[in-house]
Amino acid sequence: MADRSRGSRDRRKKKKEQTEYFFDYSLLFIVLFLMGFGLVMIYSASSYEAQQDFGSGTYYLRRQLIADILGLVVMIVMANIPYRFWRRFTTLAYFVSFGLIFMVLTPLGVSSHGAKRWVGIPGTGFNVQPAEVAKVCMILFLANMVCLMGKKLRTAKGLTVLIVLSLPHSLAVWKVTENLSSAIIILGIAMLMIFVATPDYKRFVIMGLIASALILGIVWAIFNTSIVEKLGFRGGRILAWRDPEAYAQDKGFQTLQALYAIGSGGIWGKGLGQSMQKLDFIPEAQNDMIFSIICEELGLFGAIAIILMFIMLLWRMMIVANNAPDLFGALLVVGVMGHIAIQVILNIAVVTNTIPNTGISLPFISYGGSSVLFLMMEIGLVLSVARRIQLRELV
Amino acid sequence: MPETHNKIVHRKKILTVFLGCSLVLVGLFVRLVYLMVWEADYYAEKATQLHERERSIKAARGRILDCNGEVLADNRTVCTISVIHNQIEDPEAVIAMLCQELNLSEEYVRKRVEKYSSMERVKSNVDKSIGDKIREYEMPGVKVDEDYKRYYPYGELASKVLGFTGGDNQGIIGLEVIYEKYLQGEPGKILTMTDAKGIEVEAAGERRIEPINGNDLYISLDRNIQTYATQLAYQAMETKQAEGVSILVMNPQNGEIYAMVNVPEFDLNDPYTLPEGSGEKLTSQEQQDLLNQMWRNGCINDTYEPGSTFKIITAAAGLEQGVITPQSQFSCPGFIMVEDRKIRCHKVAGHGGQDFTHCMMNSCNPALISVGLLLGVDTYYGYFDRFGLLTKTGVDLPGEAGTIMHNKDNMGLVELATVSFGQSFQITPIQLVTTVSSIINGGRRITPHFGVKVVDAQGDLVESFAYPATGNIVSEGTSATMREILEMVVKEGSGKNGKVEGYRVGGKTATSQTLPRGSGRYISSFIGFAPADDPQVIAVAIVNTPQGIYYGGQVAAPIIRQLFENILPYMGIEQTG
Repeated sequence: MADRSRGSRDRRKKKKEQTEYFFDYSLLFIVLFLMGFGLVMIYSASSYEAQQDFGSGTYYLRRQLIADILGLVVMIVMANIPYRFWRRFTTLAYFVSFGLIFMVLTPLGVSSHGAKRWVGIPGTGFNVQPAEVAKVCMILFLANMVCLMGKKLRTAKGLTVLIVLSLPHSLAVWKVTENLSSAIIILGIAMLMIFVATPDYKRFVIMGLIASALILGIVWAIFNTSIVEKLGFRGGRILAWRDPEAYAQDKGFQTLQALYAIGSGGIWGKGLGQSMQKLDFIPEAQNDMIFSIICEELGLFGAIAIILMFIMLLWRMMIVANNAPDLFGALLVVGVMGHIAIQVILNIAVVTNTIPNTGISLPFISYGGSSVLFLMMEIGLVLSVARRIQLRELV
Repeated sequence: MPETHNKIVHRKKILTVFLGCSLVLVGLFVRLVYLMVWEADYYAEKATQLHERERSIKAARGRILDCNGEVLADNRTVCTISVIHNQIEDPEAVIAMLCQELNLSEEYVRKRVEKYSSMERVKSNVDKSIGDKIREYEMPGVKVDEDYKRYYPYGELASKVLGFTGGDNQGIIGLEVIYEKYLQGEPGKILTMTDAKGIEVEAAGERRIEPINGNDLYISLDRNIQTYATQLAYQAMETKQAEGVSILVMNPQNGEIYAMVNVPEFDLNDPYTLPEGSGEKLTSQEQQDLLNQMWRNGCINDTYEPGSTFKIITAAAGLEQGVITPQSQFSCPGFIMVEDRKIRCHKVAGHGGQDFTHCMMNSCNPALISVGLLLGVDTYYGYFDRFGLLTKTGVDLPGEAGTIMHNKDNMGLVELATVSFGQSFQITPIQLVTTVSSIINGGRRITPHFGVKVVDAQGDLVESFAYPATGNIVSEGTSATMREILEMVVKEGSGKNGKVEGYRVGGKTATSQTLPRGSGRYISSFIGFAPADDPQVIAVAIVNTPQGIYYGGQVAAPIIRQLFENILPYMGIEQTG
């Protein structure tokens, strides 16, 4: 009797404990909404071109739907694995992901759109972007490193070690796969995580100022000298950024077409499905430039809604990070948050010609299987951290 | 508690990251507001330019109507039949239908129907009735576009006056050129949305900007007078085997031109076909030259030596200056010596003693030379200028030729003498008629013209044309005297073949040898007006190189007589004589 009652009390206690743990439904809902919305927009943006190229308007939609479902499965699996489980693999992940970048140089490397950025997984027909892997691995590795280093982080030496450790992936992605945007994202994630991990502000302000000065200097140099030819395509992109209409036929073409789409959307938009620019004017409108189609069809209000959804997503992640039971969990969430924030910001900045054109997809919305799989993996991690939060600790 | 402290630090930093990111996103949102609100119009317009393809809709060109409202230049609706490859559902049915309706070979139609292109023209200038029939089949992929084609109901009538239009509906010669801006109208547009490859987007529909049709031009030309004058001209050309005959009929009081004939005329509905026998295997340059020759309006574009008709001007100058009166006595021995030159009269035996009226009646050269010499170079040149002979008449037709005249400084007595009876200089027929009109109408130099008014498609007046007239080039008295003298010329003098039963007609004949002299080529002409005391109509007939008898009195005067016999009653001019 007593045993049984104790047993049942234990069970009740355990049950109570479980129900008092937190599950972030808001975050899940926002992600599902963005994915669903992304599917609608992918169909809208791609159906015309898909009809012409593949004879089926739903070609891209169907492929993305499969990727989204796979992503959801991955997310559920990740959410149910306690995140601390991954700690022991972080160093391994760091080196494996670094090695993977060089796989693009092997016969397994796959080219697309003139750049070798993918690695084929033998026997599956699927391709993986080492840069995507590197982002996840960098988040895991740095979160663990920060925990291991503890108070050493407060010293300049500790900080330097951490920064140096985060550089190889970034450099490799930039130089080996010629993917500057992914390199910037990896570095950006690392910097945000290190910023959160260390109590210091001053050093970061100085680093920020130095970085800004460097960028300004480079831009100024390109505008004022004739070294553009030597810089190759990126120099041309910066000139096209300043005056897209002067480069309407080549480097400025995509940007200008995106601006036409955004501008012609106006406040209320042309209505879902009514975009003109998706009719081959913007090539592959379902990819990086999908935000311009959103603007054209749904107008300023559609654009605000999407930006607000992303801000809410970041806010939910901040709540999770702030309440994470340990520093490792908190830093994991910060990494994911940084990843999504940087990509959203850069994508919208490119589409609106706020910064020079570079290929960055809009998380959860742009077409791309590899991207959504890794993003969902990261969301799974965040949900896993969230599940360890005890409700009474929630602030 | 370092752990807690850490957590607080972390929370602050995480909040910083969140706020930082949010701030940047808000900044991007502001950028979007700028693009989508402030710059929206700019980009929307650019985008529309990019998406829209336009097809133009021709505007119907304004008609040209004569003084009685008869349509001289009209439009006919014609259709262009085209096929759009990727809209055709049943190619065989389309081929069969087009073959049947357009009378085309199956091979020809099949080639066009099966050709992969955005739009393939099968046949243009198809009659509207056939176009309508094809449209009634309602076959997808078959397009019937309506178009206008200029049409001249009377074919050759006044061809060199009216002119014709080119492929873009623009005037090429004649009134069609001068009144282009009134006639042409404004083409409309069909705007369709297309994708980047230029394929029309069906769902987007189309926007139409309707064309504005051209305005109608009313001219002073009278189709009946023109028709009759044309008949007379052809008749004369045939009987005298002349190279060409021009007849010009005008109102001497206000310059309205009733008829302007230059035979041979050409077919306005087929202006690019040279007359038969123009030779084959012409180079394109030769062909163009011949076409330009065919299109020339002799009354305006060509100058000639007027000969004796110009004695009217010399006489008027002499009378106005007071150096002669109708009663002034002249003696003609058959020639006159000017400096060292002996200038002969056409009557070798001479006219003997005669008063000035008889000098004009006999068209005596020595007498008119004497008048010229009495005036002197300066005074004569002054009248030449005052009568408006040095300037163009300002007629509303393109390409009016100017007067070819001696420079005053190079003009000696010999030149003065030859000018006095209408030789050694050249003017256009329109210039002669205008100047004579001004002398007999009381001294008002009028502007010859066709254009009367412009009326829009709804019948509302757009513009009524006014033409300048310069007063007092001769006095009323001189004008009246000239009318009397010229009436006498027709009544009892060299112009008696121009006499019309029941009417008082004034006039003057001329027979001028063309350059080079001695070639045996002449231009016979007669200028006549009626009624002589109050001229309502003036007409000139110029016969270019008649064979056989070439005297103006015998060749040209009868033409004007026949013309007047018909048109004076038609114009309602009462018989007085």
